[in-house]
Amino acid sequence: MVSAEHKIEDSRTKVTQRSVWYKIKRLCQRYPLGAIGSFIVFIVVFAAVFADVVAPYDPTQTNAKMSLSAPSAAMLFGGDMMGRDVLSRIIHGARISLAVGIGSTVLGGLLGTIIGLMCGYFLGWFDLIIQRIIDMMQALPLLVMALVMAASLGPSLENTIIAISIPLVPQVARVIRSNVLSLREMPFVEAARSVGMSNGRIAFRHILPNTLAPLIVLGTAQLGSAILTEASLSFLGLGVPEPYPSWGRMLSESAAEYVRVAPWLVIFPGIAISAAVFGANLMGDAVRDYLDPRNQG
Amino acid sequence: MSAYVIQRVLLMFLTLLGMSVIIFVLLRLVPGNIVDIMFDSAGFVDPSEKATIEKELGLDLPIYQQYFDWITALLVGDLGFSFVSEMPAIDEIGPRIPITAKLAALSLFFSILFGLPLGVISAVRQNTALDYVLRIISLSGLSLPSFWLALLILMACVSYMGAIPIYTETPETLWDELLLYLLPSAAVGFRASALIMRLTRSSMLEVMRQDYIRTAMSKGATENAINYKHALRNAVLPVTTIIGIEAAFLIGGLIITETVFNIPGVAHFLVEAILMRDYPIVQSLVMFIAIIVVVINFLTDLAYAILDPRIRYS
Repeated sequence: MVSAEHKIEDSRTKVTQRSVWYKIKRLCQRYPLGAIGSFIVFIVVFAAVFADVVAPYDPTQTNAKMSLSAPSAAMLFGGDMMGRDVLSRIIHGARISLAVGIGSTVLGGLLGTIIGLMCGYFLGWFDLIIQRIIDMMQALPLLVMALVMAASLGPSLENTIIAISIPLVPQVARVIRSNVLSLREMPFVEAARSVGMSNGRIAFRHILPNTLAPLIVLGTAQLGSAILTEASLSFLGLGVPEPYPSWGRMLSESAAEYVRVAPWLVIFPGIAISAAVFGANLMGDAVRDYLDPRNQG
Repeated sequence: MSAYVIQRVLLMFLTLLGMSVIIFVLLRLVPGNIVDIMFDSAGFVDPSEKATIEKELGLDLPIYQQYFDWITALLVGDLGFSFVSEMPAIDEIGPRIPITAKLAALSLFFSILFGLPLGVISAVRQNTALDYVLRIISLSGLSLPSFWLALLILMACVSYMGAIPIYTETPETLWDELLLYLLPSAAVGFRASALIMRLTRSSMLEVMRQDYIRTAMSKGATENAINYKHALRNAVLPVTTIIGIEAAFLIGGLIITETVFNIPGVAHFLVEAILMRDYPIVQSLVMFIAIIVVVINFLTDLAYAILDPRIRYS
C-alpha cells in the first residue's frame, strides 16, 4: 500500500516537472523573438548579479601600461584611456543599467498605480485636476523631462532613478485609471461593496489584481526605454556619476577624442547598450502579445 | 468647426499656463537655489556676496512672486538674461531655432519616407521572412542609442573620408548645406522611422481584419487596390497622430545628435544651459519646447478632420 502511494506521488511530480519545461518550450516556439529577447535579458541579469566573479579585472583598477591598448588576449575588449579593462567595466555597467531600469520602472509603476487607482476610484475634482496635470506632463518629451529632473536633483544613482521614473508615472496612471473605470462597474465590485468592504480594501484586493496585465506590459516596455534614457543622461554628463561604470558615460568619455585612435572604446559599450535594450524590447513585445492577444502585431 | 478651434485654442493656453507652473516647480524641487549650487561648485561661500547675487537674480523674493515675474515677462516676449553670457536669452535662442528646425524637418521627412512604406510592406507580407527582417530592423531602430548611432556615423566618416564633417555657419552651396544636415538627421530619423513603421504595421493589420476588406476581396478587387485604396487610407489615421507626436518629440533625439555632431542648435543649447545651470535659459527653452509640442498636437487634431471626412468637430 505504502509503496503504491509513493509511486503515484512520484509520477505526479514527474508530470508537473515535464510540463514546466514543456510550457517553456511551447512558449519559445510560439514567441521565438521573445525567447531571444529573454535570453539576452537573462545574460545581462547574470552579468549584473555575478559581476565580481565574471569580470576578469577590477573595473576601477587603472593601469598606465594598458592605456588605450587595443583588444588583446589580456584585455578582450581593450583598455580605456586610464588603462581600465573595458570588458570588466561593461560587465559591472550592467549593474547600473539594471538598477536604473528596474528601480525606475518599479518606482514609476508604483506611483502611477496609486495615482491611477485614486483617480479612477474617487473621480470628481481630484480626478479632474490630476488628469489635467498628467496631460501636461505627457506633453514634455521624455528626455527633456528626465534632463530637467536630473539637473534639478543633481547627479547620483538614486536621483537618476527618480528622474527616469517620473515620466513613467502619467503613462501608468492613465492606463490604470481607465481600467479601474471599467472594473468599478463590474458585479464583483458591487458584491464586495454590498458586504460592507472598505474602499481601500476593494481598490487593493479586488481592482488592483485585475489591472496587473496592462501593468506588466507597461513595465516590460519601460525597462528598455529606462536603460536607454539612463545611457543618454550619462552620455550627456547628467546621469550616474563616477566611480560607477555606466555604459552611457563610457561612451561620452571616449566620444570625440578617441574615436580615431581607439574605436573599441566606442564600439563595445554601444553594443552592450543596444543589445540590452533590444533584448528588453523583444521580451516586452512577447509579453504584450501573450497577455493582450487583441493587440497582436 | 470654428467653435471647436476657438475652444481648443483656449484650452491650449490653459494647458501652457499649467505647464509653466510644472516646469517652474520642477526646476525648484530641491531645497536651495541656483546660487547655492553655483557657490557649492566654487568651493567657498561669502554670505554677503551670495545675498547680492540672490538679490540681483530676484531669488530673495517669495516663490509665487518669482513665478509671476517670470510669466508676465514671458507673455511680453522677455525671456530674461542668460546667467552665463549675460546676453538677453532671446538673442541667444533666436538664431539657433532655424538650425534645429531644418534638422527636425529633414529627420521627419526621412522617417516618413522609410517608415510608412516599410510598415505597409511588413503588414501585407505578415509572418513571412521579409516581415521578420523588417520587424527586427525597426526594433533595432528603437534599441540603438541615438548617440551611439551618431558616433558610428562619425567613425564611418573618419575612415571613409578621413575627416569629420564640421558645422559651418555659411555653407557655400545648397548642396553643401544639405550634406551638412544629412548625416545628423539620418541618425535622428532612424528611430522615428522605426516607430512609424511599427505603428503603420499594426494599424494596417488591424484594418485588414475589418469586414469591408473582406467585402472588397469578395467583389474581386485586386490585391493592390485593397492594400493601398481600402486598407492604407484607413490605417494611416492613427499613424498621423504618431507622426505628430514624433515631430514634437524629435527634440529628444536632436538633443543627443546636435551634441555629438557639435551643431549649435536649440537642443544642444539646452544641454549646455543645463550643464552650466543657466536656469533662465533652461526655463525658457523647456517652455518653448512645451509650446511647440502643444501646438503640433493641436495641428494634428485638425489634420485628422481633413484626412478623415467622417470626423467633423462641432
